[in-house]
Amino acid sequence: MAVDPGLPGAARTQLAVAGARATTAAALNRKGSGPRVQEGLFLALLLLAVGFALAGLAALLVWSFVEGLPRLDANLFTQGPSSLHPETAGFRTAILGSVYVIGGVIALIVPLGVGAAIYLEEYADKTRWWNRFIELNVQNLAGVPSIVYGILGLAFIVRGPLDIGFVAAAGSMTLALLVLPTVILAAREAIRAVPPSIREGALALGATQWQTVRRQVLPAAIPGILTGIILGVARAIGEAAPLLLVGAVTFVTVNPSLFEGRFTTLPVQIFNYAGRPQEVFHELAAAGVIVMLVVLLAMNSFAIWLRNHYEKKLS
Amino acid sequence: MTQETEITPMTEPQPEPPAHDALSEAAADPAAQRGVETHVVPEHRERKGGKTDAVFHIDGVGVSYSGKPAVRDVTFDIAENEITALIGPSGCGKSTLLRCLNRMNDLIPGCEVSGHVGFHGEDLYGPRVDPVRVRTLIGMVFQKPNPFPKSIYDNIAFGPRVLGVKGDLDEIVERALRRGALWDDVKDRLKDNAYGMSGGQQQRLCIARCLAIEPDVILMDEPCSALDPISTGKIEDLMLELKERYSIVIVTHNMQQAARVSDKTAFFTVELSEEEHRVGRVVEFDDTEKVFTNPADPRTEAYVTGKVG
Amino acid sequence: MAGRDITASGSRATDGRPRLEAVSPRYGEKAIFALLALCAAISVATTLAIVISLIVPSIGFFGEVPFADFLFGTDWAPTFADATFGVLPIVVGTLTVTAWALLVAIPVGLLTAIYMAEYAPTRVRRVVKPVLEVLEGMPTVAIGLFALYFARPLLEDIFPFLPWGGPFAVGVAGIAVGLMIVPLVSSVADDAMRSVPAGLREGAYALGATKMKVSARVVFPAAISGIVAAIVLAASRAIGETMVVLLAAGATPQLVAPWDFTESIQTMTAFIGTTATGDIATGTITYDTIFAVGALLFVMTLAMNMLAIRLVRRFREVYE
Repeated sequence: MAVDPGLPGAARTQLAVAGARATTAAALNRKGSGPRVQEGLFLALLLLAVGFALAGLAALLVWSFVEGLPRLDANLFTQGPSSLHPETAGFRTAILGSVYVIGGVIALIVPLGVGAAIYLEEYADKTRWWNRFIELNVQNLAGVPSIVYGILGLAFIVRGPLDIGFVAAAGSMTLALLVLPTVILAAREAIRAVPPSIREGALALGATQWQTVRRQVLPAAIPGILTGIILGVARAIGEAAPLLLVGAVTFVTVNPSLFEGRFTTLPVQIFNYAGRPQEVFHELAAAGVIVMLVVLLAMNSFAIWLRNHYEKKLS
Repeated sequence: MTQETEITPMTEPQPEPPAHDALSEAAADPAAQRGVETHVVPEHRERKGGKTDAVFHIDGVGVSYSGKPAVRDVTFDIAENEITALIGPSGCGKSTLLRCLNRMNDLIPGCEVSGHVGFHGEDLYGPRVDPVRVRTLIGMVFQKPNPFPKSIYDNIAFGPRVLGVKGDLDEIVERALRRGALWDDVKDRLKDNAYGMSGGQQQRLCIARCLAIEPDVILMDEPCSALDPISTGKIEDLMLELKERYSIVIVTHNMQQAARVSDKTAFFTVELSEEEHRVGRVVEFDDTEKVFTNPADPRTEAYVTGKVG
Repeated sequence: MAGRDITASGSRATDGRPRLEAVSPRYGEKAIFALLALCAAISVATTLAIVISLIVPSIGFFGEVPFADFLFGTDWAPTFADATFGVLPIVVGTLTVTAWALLVAIPVGLLTAIYMAEYAPTRVRRVVKPVLEVLEGMPTVAIGLFALYFARPLLEDIFPFLPWGGPFAVGVAGIAVGLMIVPLVSSVADDAMRSVPAGLREGAYALGATKMKVSARVVFPAAISGIVAAIVLAASRAIGETMVVLLAAGATPQLVAPWDFTESIQTMTAFIGTTATGDIATGTITYDTIFAVGALLFVMTLAMNMLAIRLVRRFREVYE
C-alpha cells in the first residue's frame, strides 16, 4: 500500500473513508465463496506471522536450555573464568559484577526517573518551550543506540569530566543513562493513568501540589511506575554493548568492587565465551544465558502480574 | 449584545431565604408573570466594596482560555447561607465561572480571569492571595464523584491531615460524615475502600470530605448529573440542610433541581462574539421563583419552559 | 453566620475578613519543584554530553581525514599502519543487516499487529502481548549466540546451495536482528491501528465488508502514519544494534552486494564495539575514529527517531 506518509490528516481520513467505500462496494458485489476462502487464507497468513515470532522466541529459549543444560551446575556460580580449565569455568565474577552494576543502576534510575516523570506530568507548563523540549529530548534519547551511550560513558564518565576510570560505577552510570528515558516514559504513562479527578479532589481540599502528588497521585501510580522500573532494570541486566566501552573487560578473576579495579558483567562474559572457538565455551555461554533468562523472565512475569493487577484495580 | 437598555440596580441579597411556597404562589398567578420588567442583569454596576453580607461579589468577570473568551461580563452577588444555582445550556461557561470562585481555573494553563471577584470583601485574585489557601476556605464537589482510592476514613481525613488540623481525627471524621448524612451508612465500614460505595454514597462522601475542612462556601459542579433520582433526592435534602451552615453555589443542568433547592438563580446563555467564539454570559440573575415563574428576559423564559436547550 | 466555628481552621483574621495569603512561605514546595526540574534537566544534560563527546574528538578526526574521504571512501582500515578511513563499507554493512532485518520484521510485525488489533480474542491478546514483550526484552547477546550457533547451521541445512563460508554471515545476523525488532514493529503498529476510531470500522462492517477488507483497506490505511513510524523506529533500532552483529556478522569491513547473504561484514556499531574494547590510547587517530563513526551513527538514528516521533504525533493528533 503506497501511501505518502506526508499527507495531512484530513486527506488521510478521506483516504480511509474512500478505502471504506471501495471495500464495501467490493463486498456488495461479491459472488460465491471466493471471499470466504480469501478470508480464511488471510487469517492463516496472520497466524503464520504470529507463529513465526512466537516460534523464534521458543526456539531461542529451548536451544539455550538444551545447549547450556550440561553446564548448569554449582561451578557456574562459584568459579571465575578460566582458559586452562574451561570445563569448570563459571560466571562468579561476572554475576557479582552484574549485581554491583545493577545495584548502582537502580540507585540512580529510581529517584531520577520518577523525579523527571513527576516534573513532566505534574509540574511542567506545557506552553513553555523548554518543557516541550525536555519531552522531545526524552523521547529521542530512548531511541539512541546503546553503543552511543558507551561512547558517552567513555568520554564523560570513565575519562573527561568525571574521570572515575574503568570501574563498575562507570558501568552503572552509563547503563542508568541508557535506561533512564525508558523509565521516565513508563513512569509518565503510569502517572498519567491516575484520573485527573483525583488531583482535582485533593487540590480542591486545599492540598498543595506536592501534597497532592505525594499522597494521592504517587500511591495510585506506584504499581505502574514499578513496572517501568522493572522493565528498565531488566534491559540494563541484559545490556552488553555500552559496557564494552566503559571497561567491562572479559577476563576478570577477582571479585569486583564498585569504585576500584576492572569489572565484568554476565552478558559481557557470555559474549566473551561465545566468541571463543572451542565448543566447551559455547555451552558455557548458553548456560550463562539460562541464568540471565531465568532472572529476566522472573522480572518480566512480576511486571506483567503487577500491571494486570493494577489495571483491574483502577478500572 | 441584545441587552435591554433599561437597567436598575439589583436588589440587595435578602438576609432570610424566601419562603418556598412563594414559588407555587407565583406560578399560580399568571398576572404576576408579566409584572416587573426591571430584573435585568445590570451590566455596569458600581462595586459595593467592603460589604461582607455577600460571600462573593462577582463584578464584570470574564474568563478566557489561551486568549479565547469562554465567559464574560458576569456580575452578581452570592449571598451567605443561600443556595445559588447557575443554569443555562451547555458550553455557556457556568462551570468555568464556578471554578473561578475557588481558583481551580489556575490549574488550567492559559486560563485568564479578568474583572473582580470579591470574597467577603477581599479580592480573590489579589497579588498576595494564595490559591491553595483559598481552596481551604471554598470547597468544591465535582460532577462525577471522585473519592480517593483509599478507605472511607482516609478520604475524610485527607483534608484535615494535609492542613495540619490539630484535634481528634476520629472526631473530625465522624462529625463530617454526620453532616454529610453518611455516618449511619458507613460507620461500621470506615476502613473499607471508598470505591466499593454506591455512586450516591460516593458523592455524599465527597461532600463530607469537603465539610471536614470547615469551608465557608461549597461549590458544586453538577453534583447529581451522574446519579439516580433517589441519590439525587438525598443530595438535594443534604444541600438544604447544609445551607444553614454554609453558602452553596451549584451548577446544574437540571431545571427542576434548581427550582427545588436554590434561592437565587443565574441564567447563562451562549452568544457568538465578534470573533465568532462561543461566549457565555449571564442574562438574568434573580430570586429563583422569579426566574422560573416570571423571567424578565425572553431567553430565560424559553429555556426554563423547555422551549430551547 | 452566627455560631459557626470557622476559627477552627483559622480561616478568618481578627477583623472578620478571610485571610487569603499563604500561611507559610512553603519553601519546601519550591525546593521540591527545583529538585524535580533538575531530574528532568538531566535528560537534556545527557543529550548535551552525548553531542559534546561525539563532536570534540570528531573535530580532531576531520582535521586529519578529509570529510569527503571519510564519507565516500570505499576502503575501511583505520587500525592498520597504513590507515584508510573510507566509511562506506561499514555503512553499507550496517544497511545490509538492517535491510535483512526489515525484510523479516515488516511482514511478520505488521501481520502480527493486524492480528492483535483486529482479530485476536481478548484472551489470546492477553497471552500473546506479554510474550512478545519478553521477546522485545530479550538480551541481544542471547540473540547473537542463538544466531551464531543455532540459526546459522539451521539455515545452512535449509539452503545448502548458498556459498556458505566462515562462521559469520550478514544475512543470518540480519534475520536475527529482524526477529528481535518484530515486537517493536507489532506493538507500535498495533497501537496505531487500535486508535483508529471504531466508527470507521463499523461503517464498513455495516455495509457488509469482510473483516479482512476492513483490516486491510480501512484500518491499515487509516493507521498508516503510525505504521510507518513503527517501521522507521525498527530500522533505527536495527542500525544501532551491536551485540548480534558483533557475534554473527563478523568483523570484515568489506563492500557487499545486498544479496550476498553469506558474506562476513562489519557494521558501524561492531567497529565501535571491537575497537573500543582494546586498550586504546586517547588522542590517537584510531581513538578519534570511534567518535567519528559514533557521530555518524548518532546522526542517522536521530534523524529516523525524529521522523518516527513526528509520525506518531500526527496520528495521535488526527484521532485523539
